[in-house]
Amino acid sequence: MQTSILAFRGRRYLWAALALIVICIAAYWIDDPQEPPNGGTLLGYALGTLGALLIVWLTWFGIRKRNYTSTSGSVQGWLSAHVYFGVALLVVVLLHAGFQFGWNVHTLAFVFMVLVIASGLYGVAIYMRYPERLSENRGGASRSELLDQLEDIDRRSRRVAQKLPEPFQEFVTSGIRRTELGSTLWQRLRNEDRSRIQLPGSATTVANQGQEAAMDWLAEQQSRADADSATTIAELSALLRNKRKLLRQVREDLRLQAGIEIWLYAHVPLTAALLMALLTHIVTVFLYW
Amino acid sequence: MKFELVIVGAGPAGLSAAAHAETLGLNYLLIESSAAPANTIQRYQKGKHVMAEPAVVPLRSDLRFAAGTREAILGSWQSGLDELGVNIRYNTEAIAISGSKPNFELTLLDGETLTAESIVLAIGLQGNPRRIGVEGETDRSVQYTLDDPDEYRDETIAVVGAGDAAIENAVALARNNTVIIINRRDEFARAKDGNLALITRAIEDESISCFYNTGVASIEPAVAINLNTETGETRIPCNRIIARIGAIPPRKFVESTGIRFLSDDPTTLPELSSQYESNVAGLYVIGALGGYPLIKQAMNQGYEVVEFIKGNTILPADHNILEEKFRHLPYGRDVDDTLAIIRNNIPLFENVNGLVLRELVLASELLTPAKSDVIFHKNDYTNTFISVVEGEVEVETDSGNLITLGPGQFFGEMSLLSGRRRSATVRASGSCVLLETPRREIVKLMNSYQQVRKVIDRHFIVRTLRAGLVPDAPQSELEVVAETAELLSFRAGDVLFREGDESNGLHLIRNGSVSVSRNIGGRSIVTTYVAAGNYVGEMGLVGEAKRSATVTATVATESVFLRADIFQTMLSRNSGLRERIQTKVKERISENLRMEAAPDAGDLISFLMQQGLGEATDVLLIDETLCIGCDNCETACAETHDGTSRLKRAAGPSYAQVHVPTSCRHCEDPHCMKDCPPDAIRRAPNGEVYIEDSCIGCGNCEQNCPYGVIQMASAKEEAPSLLNWVLTGTGAAPGQRQPAAATTAIKKAVKCDMCKDLSGGPACVRACPTGAAIRMSPSDFVNLTKKAS
Repeated sequence: MQTSILAFRGRRYLWAALALIVICIAAYWIDDPQEPPNGGTLLGYALGTLGALLIVWLTWFGIRKRNYTSTSGSVQGWLSAHVYFGVALLVVVLLHAGFQFGWNVHTLAFVFMVLVIASGLYGVAIYMRYPERLSENRGGASRSELLDQLEDIDRRSRRVAQKLPEPFQEFVTSGIRRTELGSTLWQRLRNEDRSRIQLPGSATTVANQGQEAAMDWLAEQQSRADADSATTIAELSALLRNKRKLLRQVREDLRLQAGIEIWLYAHVPLTAALLMALLTHIVTVFLYW
Repeated sequence: MKFELVIVGAGPAGLSAAAHAETLGLNYLLIESSAAPANTIQRYQKGKHVMAEPAVVPLRSDLRFAAGTREAILGSWQSGLDELGVNIRYNTEAIAISGSKPNFELTLLDGETLTAESIVLAIGLQGNPRRIGVEGETDRSVQYTLDDPDEYRDETIAVVGAGDAAIENAVALARNNTVIIINRRDEFARAKDGNLALITRAIEDESISCFYNTGVASIEPAVAINLNTETGETRIPCNRIIARIGAIPPRKFVESTGIRFLSDDPTTLPELSSQYESNVAGLYVIGALGGYPLIKQAMNQGYEVVEFIKGNTILPADHNILEEKFRHLPYGRDVDDTLAIIRNNIPLFENVNGLVLRELVLASELLTPAKSDVIFHKNDYTNTFISVVEGEVEVETDSGNLITLGPGQFFGEMSLLSGRRRSATVRASGSCVLLETPRREIVKLMNSYQQVRKVIDRHFIVRTLRAGLVPDAPQSELEVVAETAELLSFRAGDVLFREGDESNGLHLIRNGSVSVSRNIGGRSIVTTYVAAGNYVGEMGLVGEAKRSATVTATVATESVFLRADIFQTMLSRNSGLRERIQTKVKERISENLRMEAAPDAGDLISFLMQQGLGEATDVLLIDETLCIGCDNCETACAETHDGTSRLKRAAGPSYAQVHVPTSCRHCEDPHCMKDCPPDAIRRAPNGEVYIEDSCIGCGNCEQNCPYGVIQMASAKEEAPSLLNWVLTGTGAAPGQRQPAAATTAIKKAVKCDMCKDLSGGPACVRACPTGAAIRMSPSDFVNLTKKAS
């Protein structure tokens, strides 16, 4: 029903960015400087100024996004333009440098810029694919609803365990207390299950990835129990199976959400580094004129 | 004992009346059924800020009152009562009033009788709590309210009741006490979903024990409760019994005194003179029961009624306001004369009680537009009702004809009743005087006076027929049709007619909306949604005789039903009608074909209708294939609205990757407007339902909104400058502002106002970086389904 940032308004910013690229390449083609093309020619300065302005404007997106009363277009339009002109920047800067590289601060700025653009493109790819996966994985429920369901299962498990001997209650409590969803972005991203459990009769905890250890222990108890307890234990393991399914769903939700956010942890600091390197690049150029 | 005056009920009205009776030296008594004055305000939460609306009306009372905290107001009243030495008896409930002026007999619950020359009823609308109705019900161990659940510890408490109040009390008490809840039925059917979950969980956890299908047999003092359970009698010793089994509405008691009400509608008012005297001479009604829910109005009436009883004539407190309102009219300045002109010129108000008319005019605006000034534009969303006092206006119809309305006629009832946009532009055709009345007042009037309702309904039908079906039919013919048309109402989910039924007539949807579904391959598939102002059932009338689809109300809906024979007569008389209907039928058939090809799209529409979006005018939806969950929409909302977001992105259901977040959908007939004491909820011309600053923070709208989109919030601290935050990180991050310490107490209702005061439109949509957030009107839902298919 809605268009993505790439397709925004008939891809108007794609065409604008392409036009910019064509104009720059044409100028580079026509230009016939005394020396080999580089940042020091007239065109080189012009392209350099354009590149620097583009970088400042691209960075300004972070401000525009948070300026909620701004009436200059929509944030979606800004992001669409941000993406296309961000890519165009690469061409502008390559032409500015006349494809000359070296082990110096100028190339350092270029490297940072490429990293920023690359991380941005990765972000675009994520934005195009992850939202749909998030939605499919949640199946119409919200994350807090999934968490509520988990809590409900825990509550019911405790109640069922009360019909069984003491160790079962310890088992359930320990399982609940030591189930982890991943506290850091990194753990969520890697879908790391660091859940553990202290099984009755043991002094230490064991890994309980995917609630496997808990399921195994219950299965063993069930096989040894009398008919009455066996039914109750079966009830407990049905709950646990449900819990495992829900946990998988919540973890996937957290993983995808982390994926949507994580690239910004590269994109934004790299932008800061780029701005510093850019400033150094400009200052040194004029210092050694 | 014999008094000149007995005042029943020590709320703001009764207290003010008693204080003035004291000042004037009357032999009077104020009685109050609870143990303290102002019972309703006592029950407000601690520290709640109480407002003093309407600001324009001056206070007229011997007690002080200004906006402030609950404690400050109760304190100032108490000291006022003490200083004056007001004669007040607490824990005294009147159960009957008999006799007549000047010999009324007032019977109290304990059997005592009081004699009075006049009686003022200031008992409000809450009613007295319903008692258990068994032996021991008045024992000291039984209470019918609970102020502070934390007051009790380590007690065994029996809670009687199964409604929200009983559940909330039981759950709160269970934190520190052993609680038994006694439910007459086998489930908690009357409770809100949230409370139902709470009590079910508590019973499962065994933190509360519950007796289902159980009645109270008797109560033993000091203390035990005897129960009739399914399996026999049980005796449960306990420390305390709390019964929360609802309240007895005061109307029954009031009617038992001989006072008449204007109609049977539960919202209607007693018949009162302009001096607050009822049809029973010597019996007066003031305050909320008389239709004045605000504290200041009630206190003013308390003062005035005592003056009237003394035989004094004083001008009502609103006299100056009316004078000001009438200043620009060409009638001179006398308030009563101007009111008489309004009544005489507008037949609709002919039989309306003086006090009611005065209140209506007070809430209305008198417009004096110049020639060709626009009163309202076609497609505006306003919903006021306008009567022509003098002069003429012109209505521009779709067919280009001008209809002239003269003195005594009215317009604006179409939007008022349907909640939809204005159907025509209206201009002044010369200098004229118009009375523009807010929706709430006119609805109140319609509920009180059957005659008013009937006239407005009939006009509505005639004008609807003219707008949609037969623009050229003569008025006389339409009036005959209107006479025979039936007004039907349906609840959400009710079926108007079923596929395969005999076609017996046409429904003009007056308000609400319906969905049309057909049985396709054994599955019921929604083919379209029809909004108010349109009609359904035409297919069966021009072609086949059987209904070709099932039509279901998506929300509470009213329709004007035209019987088939009347419709056929109209068809034979109006040449253009058949053609119009056939065009409509053609549209329906092509819709059907499209939806048959894409059955899933129908499921999406049904899903949206299940969310109550059939009554929406503008709804926020989120395309889940684009949403990255950044919550920039919420942050944008908070940052443009004093720090509180009015939408919750993650909350709410989704279907086919369309998410309906918790956010105002600006209903056609807004539930929130139903019971707003200061009438602070308004609809702007573009359709935004918004809350004005005169909100008193009572929370009624929050309760009445079925979609949970209104919250009570206090102002947040000032936003730091954005650049400053970006560069230095000082101050709160966007969307993270905290309540401003100084004003935490003042909470007002806040909701989405569609950013009507921002240029550029809704901030949530403009701030969405991926374009996932959209606002749309239900008539555009069909566009969503194009994607779904």
